[in-house]
Amino acid sequence: MSDSVVLRTIGGMLFPYILVYGLYVQMHGEIGPGGGFQAGVLVAAAFILHALLFGKELTDRLLPTWLVDLAMSLGVLLYIGVGILGLVKGRYFLDYSVLDPTHPAPAEALGMTLVEAGVGLTVASVILTMVRKVNGESS
Amino acid sequence: MSDPVLLINVILLVIAVVAAIAAMWTRDLLGAVMLMGIYSLLLAVEWANLFAMDVSYTEAAVGAGAATILLLTALTRTGTREKAGPNFHPTALLTVIVTGALLIYGTADMPRFGDPQAPATVNVAPEYIAQNVGKVDAGEDGPENDFGDHVPNAVTAVLASYRGYDTMFETAVIFTAGVCVILILRPLSPSARRETAQSQEGA
Repeated sequence: MSDSVVLRTIGGMLFPYILVYGLYVQMHGEIGPGGGFQAGVLVAAAFILHALLFGKELTDRLLPTWLVDLAMSLGVLLYIGVGILGLVKGRYFLDYSVLDPTHPAPAEALGMTLVEAGVGLTVASVILTMVRKVNGESS
Repeated sequence: MSDPVLLINVILLVIAVVAAIAAMWTRDLLGAVMLMGIYSLLLAVEWANLFAMDVSYTEAAVGAGAATILLLTALTRTGTREKAGPNFHPTALLTVIVTGALLIYGTADMPRFGDPQAPATVNVAPEYIAQNVGKVDAGEDGPENDFGDHVPNAVTAVLASYRGYDTMFETAVIFTAGVCVILILRPLSPSARRETAQSQEGA
């Protein structure tokens, strides 16, 4: 935990903006540069900053370990789930057009958004877990 | 040096090389980590300068951000001073020189940067940009769009559509890394801690 008032104030002001920017990079990945990997790292960085400034205990309460572990597996399952949905509907694995057969183009954008969300969830939780574990987490 | 873009490229690369050498030279590990962060950030700007925006984003986020944070956290466990010892390792120097010479030799066969006749731009790239795979005709009364019924960012289209399996297993690899970190660095359960204590007493 940082003792400096300046660091804590400025960091606290930056924290929501880093999160929003992470979400922007996540959702905007189909249109501009960016995507799940970059967004995941940004979101993880926001929480690491939070832990550095306000202490590990507060961040652990905000984002408990079980939730991060859950998000880690949920991301991969979301990606594979979208793929298997294609098989279930009688098409190829990862065929995004099954999401909306009448409008293949928006369906593909939707599928990529889901898949990138899965990547983002996994990357963010893995980076956060690594830093927490190396930092010597108690629980 | 009339070309400003070339000038910026040269300046960026020179500072990056200086930062890399300084990171190797310094005995202060905290400073070395910071210098590596600066090196990554300079490379990210360099990628942006070469119009590789997605690579630039990744380099800035992972190289300058996540890797620096991980190394800093590791430093809190190891201490920030390098062990005293010789600063010169002949084997390492030889390996680096041979690898570097091979890489520079390899660039001799590379086409000029941005060459429209380069193999990379004439073989598969037009197909990726046209985005014909998986394209379903929306029909005459279908919605208008400028991107051939695909997402506008070709890099995302390639990553999530053309190479969907590749990205899926990349995600699985990251997941595996996370699981390994949890398994290796998890705290021992009470029963396991008792067993370890008993075995140490026995030995």
